[in-house]
Amino acid sequence: MRNYKNVIAAYSIMIFLIILVGIFQSWSIALTILNYCLISAVMTIGANIQWGYAGLINFGIMGYTALGGLAVVLVSVEPVKKAWQVGGLNILACIWIIVAIIFVVKFILNRFDKSKLRNYSVASVILGGIILLRVTAAPGIEAIESVDPAKTGFLGGMGLPVLFSWIFGALLAGSLAFVIGKIALGLRADYLAIATLLIAEIIVSIIKHEEWLARGVKNVIGLKRPAPYEIDLQTSEWFINLVTKFNSSKLNLINSISDKQEALNQMVIDASSVYVKLCFTGLFLTVVIILLIVTQKALYSPWGRKMRAIRDNEEAASAMGKNIVKEHLLIFILGSAIVGLAGAMMVTNDGLFTPGSYRPMRYTFVIWVMVIVGGTGNNFGAILGGFVVWFLWVEAAPIALFLINLFTSHLPETNAVRVHLIESAPYFRFLVIGIGLLLIMRYRPQGIIPEKIIKQ
Amino acid sequence: MDFLNAIIVLFNFTVIPALAYGSQLALGAIFVTLIYAVLRFANFATGDMMSFGTMFAVILTYYFQSLGFGLGFLPTALLTIPFAIFMMILYMLIIDKFVFSYYRIKKSPPVQFAMVSVGVMFVTQALIRIIIGPSDRRFLDGEKFIIKATEFKEMTGLAEGITLKSTQAITIIVTLIVVSIMFWFLNRTKTGTSMRAYSDNEDLALLSGIDPKRVVLITWVIAGILATIGGVLYGLDKSYRPFVYFNNMLPIFAAAIVGGIGNPFGAFLGGYVIAFAEIFVTYAYKRFISYLLPEHLEPDSLLQLLSTDYKFAVSFSILVIVLLIRPSGIFKGKVI
Repeated sequence: MRNYKNVIAAYSIMIFLIILVGIFQSWSIALTILNYCLISAVMTIGANIQWGYAGLINFGIMGYTALGGLAVVLVSVEPVKKAWQVGGLNILACIWIIVAIIFVVKFILNRFDKSKLRNYSVASVILGGIILLRVTAAPGIEAIESVDPAKTGFLGGMGLPVLFSWIFGALLAGSLAFVIGKIALGLRADYLAIATLLIAEIIVSIIKHEEWLARGVKNVIGLKRPAPYEIDLQTSEWFINLVTKFNSSKLNLINSISDKQEALNQMVIDASSVYVKLCFTGLFLTVVIILLIVTQKALYSPWGRKMRAIRDNEEAASAMGKNIVKEHLLIFILGSAIVGLAGAMMVTNDGLFTPGSYRPMRYTFVIWVMVIVGGTGNNFGAILGGFVVWFLWVEAAPIALFLINLFTSHLPETNAVRVHLIESAPYFRFLVIGIGLLLIMRYRPQGIIPEKIIKQ
Repeated sequence: MDFLNAIIVLFNFTVIPALAYGSQLALGAIFVTLIYAVLRFANFATGDMMSFGTMFAVILTYYFQSLGFGLGFLPTALLTIPFAIFMMILYMLIIDKFVFSYYRIKKSPPVQFAMVSVGVMFVTQALIRIIIGPSDRRFLDGEKFIIKATEFKEMTGLAEGITLKSTQAITIIVTLIVVSIMFWFLNRTKTGTSMRAYSDNEDLALLSGIDPKRVVLITWVIAGILATIGGVLYGLDKSYRPFVYFNNMLPIFAAAIVGGIGNPFGAFLGGYVIAFAEIFVTYAYKRFISYLLPEHLEPDSLLQLLSTDYKFAVSFSILVIVLLIRPSGIFKGKVI
């Protein structure tokens, strides 16, 4: 139990900080931060599986997050029937062409020996396939994008409940990770980092610019929710009664009936947004706890020991008969699938899909900082890292603003330096995160909660 | 005549822009490759370091303009480059002293270096945004064009014209000068040879009395020169925006790896390979073809392989193909 003392202490401090935000700013903001902390925690669990368990460096987290978000659109949006009528056939034909290209290439690779002729024929098959794809797709895409472009202009999704998209997002990200892993996993660590970073960039640019798929940079808004809507809550009887019950002491102080009604209305509006966020918190917390139990069990299973053996000494593990290539691929897929799940959760939480907002800074490097700061190879550490770094990322600007005002309070309001500093307060978050990462790397490279090897 | 017109169209819209863009990438790629060869890590702060140097050039340009200094028809920014380089090198040495040297002495694995450079990236980005802000800035002054399309048409009587922006000419000329001096330094001088020896085999180099501190110092100095000049040239040609510099890091990495990482000459050519590929694949060939074909065969579509939205994706795909077929790059760099 003594071992868990610092874990419990660290988490208590974190919860205390979030409660402080609730008291000083508002409960709605505190819950928003908490929800994002939980989503970040899922991402860090995914990244930690790859980096902490197996030592694979994956800078492509942004790509999987975006794919998870795409899954929400593909699963939960109602299908656009008219778009399917005008262009669906072309798109389906394209899918068949892609499948055919893959099979032909596989056939050539298996059937013939390595030679120049084989390389040229593979290249020509791929090139010919791409030209065929463009010719088939172009009229279909044009037709689809012209169907009511202000509102739809895309194929829409399957119209299923949004929670299915979380699973679908994980599957999508996992299958992409399979392809990327096949291509890139043989590379040395820093090359793998660069390659995955660039591949993620390709994925995001495809999602951004293929408007028939998910409207690209035109964004999809008003996605379904697994939680009730604020408007519905505000008009339902039981919710108003609940709010009245909670605030009865406050309401009793007000004498006039009209004032009372007004105060109650305001409370109902505030409470409805908190209620919706609490629903999300419950859902996310369930996901995090399930993942934590599963990953924790995996870490201390024979499989987890095998992964650590491979991470610490590839050659020795390979001499013991472990298939390193296969295990690396498996863990790459698992980690990426979890990141895809997190991406789907995030889009569900926001209710909108904005491909333009996927930037490597926010979705790759910040997640990596979370893993490093929290503690590589330790799930509790990784989750804590998600909480701490996200909290800093959000709260750095207000804290910086407060400090700037404090230190420049002797200067007049119009002082150029003061105005400039106040304007640039939002950018102090980069400074805080960067210096935090550098300090942790230098003085506590194993992270806040270091990895623990339990001898059995 | 039509044939000549076709060539000029191609030259004007692909070759000149690709040469200019390629030069900017090449400078960045040599910077990446030098750091990789001598200090042995992939520097994820590349783009932001270039941005940091450019920031000083921008600020000093505004200052000089307010004083009334200038170079006449040349942009004032050229005058500020030496000062910007000085500040950049100072910053790099401070970073090296407080951050990188610790891990170098400890002989940390390259992955740890890469993560540390991510930390440096965050800090540099924050400093840039706090000092100058994230907005878009143009700091080009002086003559804008060397040859204008209309003048060219009048001169030659052709239907198509060539436009040569002064920034493009400056970029290409400055790059050639800087790169040739650098290659002369690396290959012909004693210090350059000691740098190459250190990069080839650290232990042997130490054994033969090469001072590692000096090698590291000179590497940062050269890196500072390359980063600042590359950044300023890009900023003059397009515009200065911190966010764009971060994104430029990606094609720069692609160029360095395609050329063979650790090999400066490979990086130099890699820059042009990436630039030409990006522009040739995303250029719409309709106008070019319509000059070559008889009138009734004129194409309807734009004849574009990929839309310009996928400019970056092209360079990354080339990188992936190179990594698959020949992981050590076109010119054998360090073996992966």
